[in-house]
Parts: sequence; structure tokens; C-alpha cells
Amino acid sequence: MLDLEKIRKDFPILNQEVNGFPLIYLDNAATSQKPQVVIDALTDYYKGYNSNVHRGAHTLADRATGKFEATRTAVKEFINASSTEEVILTKGTTEAINLVANTYGRQNIKEGDEVIISTMEHHSNIVPWQMICEEKGAKVKVMPINDDGEIIFEEFQKLITPKTKLISVVHVSNVLGTINEVEKIIEEAHKYNIPVLIDGAQSSPHFNVDVQKMDCDFYVFSSHKVYGPTGMGVLYGKKAILEEMPPFLGGGEMIKEVTFEKTTFNALPFKFEAGTPNIGDTIALKTALDYVNEIGKDNIAKHEEDLLEYCTAAFQGIKRLKIIGTAKKKVSVISFLIDGIHPFDLGMMLDAKGIAIRTGHHCAQPLMNRFGIDGTARASFAIYNTKEEIDQMVESIHKIIARF
Amino acid sequence: MTIDEAQQEIIDEFALLGDDRESTIYYIMELGEKLPELDEKYKKEDNIIKGCQSKVWLVTELKDDKIIFNADSNTAITKGLISLLIRIYSGRGPKEIMNTDLYFMEKIGMQNVIGSQRSNGLTAMIKQIKLYGLAYQAKIGS
Repeated sequence: MLDLEKIRKDFPILNQEVNGFPLIYLDNAATSQKPQVVIDALTDYYKGYNSNVHRGAHTLADRATGKFEATRTAVKEFINASSTEEVILTKGTTEAINLVANTYGRQNIKEGDEVIISTMEHHSNIVPWQMICEEKGAKVKVMPINDDGEIIFEEFQKLITPKTKLISVVHVSNVLGTINEVEKIIEEAHKYNIPVLIDGAQSSPHFNVDVQKMDCDFYVFSSHKVYGPTGMGVLYGKKAILEEMPPFLGGGEMIKEVTFEKTTFNALPFKFEAGTPNIGDTIALKTALDYVNEIGKDNIAKHEEDLLEYCTAAFQGIKRLKIIGTAKKKVSVISFLIDGIHPFDLGMMLDAKGIAIRTGHHCAQPLMNRFGIDGTARASFAIYNTKEEIDQMVESIHKIIARF
Repeated sequence: MTIDEAQQEIIDEFALLGDDRESTIYYIMELGEKLPELDEKYKKEDNIIKGCQSKVWLVTELKDDKIIFNADSNTAITKGLISLLIRIYSGRGPKEIMNTDLYFMEKIGMQNVIGSQRSNGLTAMIKQIKLYGLAYQAKIGS
């Protein structure tokens, strides 16, 4: 059992009124709030030891470098990578996917080749592939989903051809909450030696991720959704693949030796980390991961499953409400529509009561098209959310429906 | 009634709602409900003003050198907002539309009510209305 009262006190932002009501923050799939320890880690860095990493000969630089690299180790443990060389620090999930598209993709995708993604991808796992495929004269193929919002595995199998160069698929849908059976997809892809990238932006906050067990070739996620700072993310890649990949951005840090005639590149992971990195946010990510580990990922998963079940049951009791995304395995993300009320209006009316949800297409327009809708309202829960908050939202929805 | 008088009337109405954000939102939506529905045939791509999450269709006609505006939206809030603009602008000459500045939104504190994203949407609607003013002015000559 989580000590919710204590956890809520760890997040100072929750203790405020919005529009005259206590804030109920249910937009965690967009970004999670930060515990005080993470905020402290940021200010400690800037107040105490702000310095550039991997370069300086002085004490502060050494301290910053140590802390910076400690995050890499913490990330390695968080996803169970086999070494820190496999952990590349990026600006976020989007940059991590673009990195793979522009290095592995540019090197391996040729004219007539194919990349497979799914119908439920976020735009950040669609557009980079479209861009590289357009450049190369290759094609993006899409795994279809059923009406519950689950990938149809048999249809996916049919998409694989000798031209398939990469499969990039979301672990958990940011709209539907569906937990995809990525292990099955990876196993199938590996039968044909096709590497698989898993977009973990929405899985990393909710449950234990083990990249070795999953056997994915790439796994990407963002700091800001796992209670860490914004502007910071991770690309995990299997060492053998990363070794073969050309660098992404050129600049400082990523080089071994530079002459005007030729440059040799640094070893992993630095080969992919050109320029001064986002030091403060990287350091604070370790604090966020430590915080999550302290609470325990299994405890978090259990709590969020309870909230999902509770909210789903409450929503099923609202006549005009329809849940979009009814997969058997879901995380605590619920998209929904109310007959006769546009999600945008609903969002504003809930906001007037201090309740923050997300509305719109959630950067997944092709998925909206699949369901024949413009957008949805979405409530998403995190460790600090409570059943009482869900009660408040449901009560407000009832009142809004009564007025329309 | 001049445009400024129409603006003042709206400012006075909203003043009655006080600082209550929720009541203001509901009031805007009620105003939208009173707006006559736009015939489906006008809800085409050409008439859409691009917004973030909501669609707005704006249709015009010239009657006795005055521009008549009709509009609709798929969201209640936006429909209410455009109803305010129609109240101010519809049935006026192109010159008056082009030459008058709107200040009622600032006086009401509309940005605090509807947020900055939707405020930008409202600005886009006003821009479009003024463009129509310009186009009709060119058509009828001075």
C-alpha cells in the first residue's frame, strides 16, 4: 500500500487551488509533476556545482561529471541495460527516435525498403520514419488494430517482407492506454533479423521495464513523464548495433581526434552526445528514478491499476459516456467521449472546477482517423492521484451532462 | 448602435458575472446556443477558420452595402465567442469594420477566461472578419 498522504506532500505543485478549487491533476500522460527532491536536485546543481562535464580539471567539473554519469548508471539499472555504453542521453523520446532514424535508418534503409509502425503511434514515431523513407524512396507500413485498440498480431505478421528494415512500435498508447504485446512482436521480428525500436514514453512511468528480457534493439523514453525534469530523455540501444551506427550530430564531446583532414569519433555512448549536454536536468533525473524506485514500481503499478479499474467502473455508469480504448491490458490512461459535448468544451468546464485533463487528438491523428473521431478527452493517473479525485471528476461530469 | 456601443453593451453584460470563471464560460456557451444554426451546405473547407481544436465556419453576404456574417462551430465555447463578434460586426459597412478596434476582450479579461490558446483563435477570427471588410470594400469601391 502506498502512503498517499505522504506522497502527495512530496509534490508541492499539488497543494494549490486552480480557479478556486483544489487542483486535480489528471494529465499525467502529457507530463508528470515533480517531487520536491527533484526540484532540490536542480537547484543544488545550479547553486553548488554547475560546471561542464567530461572536460574540466577542477573540482566542480569533476563533481558534475560524477553526478552526470551516475544518472547514466541509474538509467541502466532502471531499464536493466547490460552496460552504460548502451545508454545515450538525449533531449527526449522524440530526439531519440529521430537519432535512430537519421543514423541506423539512413545507413540501412534503401530504396524500396519498408519500415513497420502501428496505427496507434504518436506523431513522434510516425514523422521521423516518413521523413527518412521519403528521402530514401522507402515505405512506411502500418500494423492495423481492432476496435478495442489492440494490434492485430496476425495482420502484423503479414506485413513482414524481406524488404522490412525496421519495426518501430509504441509500448503503451498515449491515447488508448493499451499495453502492446511487444515481446511477441520482437520475437517475430527477430525470426527475420529485423531490429525493433520500442517507444517507451508511456510505459516507463507505469511498470517495470527490462530491455534485456524484452530483447528490444532500441528503447526510448522521456524524463519528464517519470517525475523527472523536461528536456531530457534516453535512447537505449544494443551495443553491437550502436557500434555500427554512424554519429548523429557532430561537435564537441563526440570526437576522438579532429584534424581538418579527418575526424575520428569517440566511443559509446559519447559518440552520440555532441555538445554540452543538459547537465542539470540529467542529474535530477537520477533523483526522480531513485524516488520511483523507493516507492517501488510494483507498488506504483498496483496503485494505478486500482485507479484505472475504479475510474473505468465509474465511467461505465455514465450513460452518455463512451470509453475509447478497451484493450484487455491497459495502463492508467482513459480516453473518452460524451455524446453531445465536444471534448474541448468538456475540458474547459472541468478546468473551471480545477480539474486538469487533456483534450484533442493527442498527437495521434491517424489513430483518431481509425476510430473516426476528431479527438477525445483523456484522464491519466499517476502515483499521487486518489479515488477521491476520480469521484470529483465523475461528479463534475454528471453535472455538466445535466446542463447539456 | 455603433461598434463601440455594442462593445460597451457586452462589457456591461459580462461585468454582471463578476470574477466567476465558470459562470462566464457557461454564459459564453449560452450565447452560442442562441446563434442561428448554419446550414450544412456552408460547412465546407473553404469557410473554415483554422483553430487549434475547434472548427469555425464563417459565411458572409453583402446586403445594401452592409456585410452580414453568419457562423457556426463544432464546440460550444467557440460558438459563443463568435456570436459576440457577429453581434459587433454583422450588418455594418466594410469601412466601419476595417477601422474599428476591439477592446471588449481586454476589458472583460477574456484571456483569463478562455486561456491564451483560444484567445489566439479569437484574434484569428477577428482578422478574418477584417479581411472580409477589406475584400468587400474593394468590391463596392469607396
